[in-house]
This record gives sequence, structure tokens and C-alpha cells, in this order.
Amino acid sequence: MRLSAPLLIAGTIAAPATAGTVTVTIPKLAVAEYHRPYVAVWVEPQGGGPARTIAVWYDIKKVGNEPGTKWLSDLRAWWRKGGRSTAMPANGISGATRAPGTHSIPLPADLKPGAYTLNVEAARETGGRELVQVPLLVPSKAARASGSHELGAVTISAR
Amino acid sequence: MKKLTSRVLVAAALLSVPAAVSAHRMWLLPSGTIFAGTDSWVTVDAAVSNDLFYADHQPGRIEGMKVWQPDGSPGRVQNGSTGRYRSVFDVQLDKPGTWKIGTETSALMGSFKVDGVERRVGGRGGPPGGGMGGPGGPQGRPGGPGAGGPGAGAPGGMRQPPLTAADIPANATDVQLTEVQSRNEIFVTTGEPTRTVLKPTGKGLELDPVTHPDELVAGEKAQFRFLVDGKPAAGLKVTVVPGGKRYRDAEGARELTTGADGMLALDWPNAGMYWLNATLTDNKPTAARATSRRMSYTTTVEVMTP
Repeated sequence: MRLSAPLLIAGTIAAPATAGTVTVTIPKLAVAEYHRPYVAVWVEPQGGGPARTIAVWYDIKKVGNEPGTKWLSDLRAWWRKGGRSTAMPANGISGATRAPGTHSIPLPADLKPGAYTLNVEAARETGGRELVQVPLLVPSKAARASGSHELGAVTISAR
Repeated sequence: MKKLTSRVLVAAALLSVPAAVSAHRMWLLPSGTIFAGTDSWVTVDAAVSNDLFYADHQPGRIEGMKVWQPDGSPGRVQNGSTGRYRSVFDVQLDKPGTWKIGTETSALMGSFKVDGVERRVGGRGGPPGGGMGGPGGPQGRPGGPGAGGPGAGAPGGMRQPPLTAADIPANATDVQLTEVQSRNEIFVTTGEPTRTVLKPTGKGLELDPVTHPDELVAGEKAQFRFLVDGKPAAGLKVTVVPGGKRYRDAEGARELTTGADGMLALDWPNAGMYWLNATLTDNKPTAARATSRRMSYTTTVEVMTP
């Protein structure tokens, strides 16, 4: 089911000119009513400065009276840090929600060298919300953190 | 008989002064303060009670409820309903930005004498002719729906309408009028916060939030400035009460004081809804013939978890 580690590394090598790769694990949860979580990934300069959104996964197909965008503010940290000023859908950033498993996201190639904080926030309908923060150095060094309920491992790999 | 009636009225008026500073709190409680998109609705509870935010005493009034759209133009209150303890209404947040919802009232209260007989201005008007609401009677107690069962109403018929300043005859003496201004407002934002509706009007007691009221986070400091007629309200006492009283022992109310620049530095120990209130009395009324002014500012703000 999950992508194996060697395959991941192979995948990142195949994508050159990125500042690194982030992998986000969405845990499989044994709950009666499961909905895939909304997830936002963004970086913030450690010395302060504007946040840059890397990825947003939400229910893009839900339209009408209660479109999928209605619940984006549940990613409350991301919403405050810049989500509320990001028009959806956002080209190259937004996409559909993802199933449990490990997903990799390339960091933007034009991310300037420096110290950042990588933020991964997940909010799930009828579930909880979690924010995982990982220090990010560009050019990338490997780093890792883990969530405890809504998110699994979040890793950063060089290139 | 007439003399006795006026005495009772004066007594009722005196009683109503401490009532104004008692713990009965007017509050507005929005279902949320941060929304996404332009398809959202906010539903608001309005009530008067001691404990926040439990509707267990009197409903708030929907009449006079105003909506300021993000561009400052008037908006619409929808689906209003008043129950025994609580009023509810909706506002459709169909434009991005920060909305203001609430009431702004200004009234004259006081008394004058004609031929030695004192008459009241403002308030709830006089009792019906001949009827004297004794202590513990219906005086000063607005009857909510269901409060007046058969036989519970005033015996003599309808209450007399309240007198206004225009009713004061030329031969009146001892004219004592107080201007009573009050604001009770909330702020809700869909999308990015904007500041058009936050601009002070320069009239009466108002909030000039340095920190946007929809950007409050537990553990982060916020700065709210209070103004009177557009000038800093220095040394103003502001009461801050967290909601959810029933689930803790202490009320948890804090009395904070603004600095010389009218600034109030606030910290929020926990996420949740907070009720803020400040009152101020001065001798700078704007209404003709009034000699003093009583002002009140109330808001409910939501503090988010980081």
C-alpha cells in the first residue's frame, strides 16, 4: 500500500531543481465515519515574514450551497497565516484530498536559501485537527517530525 | 393620590439606577467569527443574563439591530425570532471582509417638575391612570412573552407612553436630563479581515481596535483602544468576562484599565468567547437640554486556539 522508502528516494532524484521534498503521512484511522482530512502545507521564514503555501488539499468537487472551500478556515493556523488571502483553486498548490498513506510534495525550486519552518496542518470532518512543525533549512537537510493523531510522519529530504 | 404615584415613580427611577450597573449583561453571541467564502451565514443569539453566555433571563431585542457590510453600507438582518429567553437572527455574509453587527442607541432619561409635580422623561413611561405599581410590582421589569398571564397585567389598562424632551412644557422647572448612549456590537469576518467597519465615528464611547477583533489568539497579546468622542478614553475600566461560567467555579471576570492613550493591553489565557464591557459617565452630552451623559460599550470577541 504505502510507497517504500527506496521508491521515494528514487522519485525525488528524478525531480531535479527542487529545494527538497516533503513527505506527509496521513494515518489510517479506525473510526466509524471517516472523511479524508483537509491538509495545508506552508513554509514561514524563521526570522519572520510572509508565509508561502506549498499545498492545500480540500474537497474540490463539493459545490453548491456548501462548497468544499467553506471549511478551509478549519485549517485555522494556515487560514490566519495566509490561507484566507489565497484564492482557490490555486494553480500548482491546491488539489483534492488524499487518502491515508504517504504523499510527497516537492518544495518550490525558487525557495531562497535560509532557515524556515515547515508547517503541515490537517483538519478532518467529524475528527480532529493537528499542526506539525519541522525546521527547514534551504538548501535542505533531512529533518523529521511526527503528528500524534491526525498526521503521521512529516519528513524533509534534501533535493 | 397623584403625589403618591409620583413618589412611587421616583422610587422606581432610583431603583433603576443600580439596575443599570447590575450584573445583568446584554450580549450578542455569533455562531462564529471567522468564515471562508461568500456563501456563509452567521447566526447570532441576543439575550440579557447574568452568566455568560446562558440565555436564562430576558431576550435581546432584534428591533434596532443593524448590520454594517464590509464596505460600510447597511446590511440585512434575516430570520429574526424572539423566544422567551433569547432572540436569534441570521446575517448572510455574501461579501468578503469584516462585518459589524449590533445596536447603537441614544436616549434621554430624566425628570422635570410642573407645578411642583415631578414627571419622568424616557424609560418605560408611566403606569396607567390610577394604577400604582408598588415595590415588587411590574415596575422596571420588562415582561417577556408569557410573563403576563391572565390577571397578571396592570389593572387599569395600557401604560402611558414615555415622555420625550419635546413633551417638556415651557413652565417646567428642575429639568434634569441624562443622555444615555450605548453600543453593543460584534465583528465577523469572511475571507481576509478588513477595517472599514472598525473606523471610529467620533461619537460617544467606542472601540478602536488596534488588534483586529477577528485576529485574536490565545496566548497572544491584543491591543484595544477606547475612545470617547474620538479622543482616547484614559483610565477607563473595562470588564472582560470569559464565557462558559457554568463549567468552572470562578466567574473569571477581569477589570482592566486603559492607559493615558486609551489603550488596553489584553491577553487571552484560553480560547473561547469573551464579553467586554465598559461604561463611562461625563458631562458632555450632545443632546439639547441634557446635563450629563452615560455611555456603555459592549462587544463579544472570539479567541482562537493557536
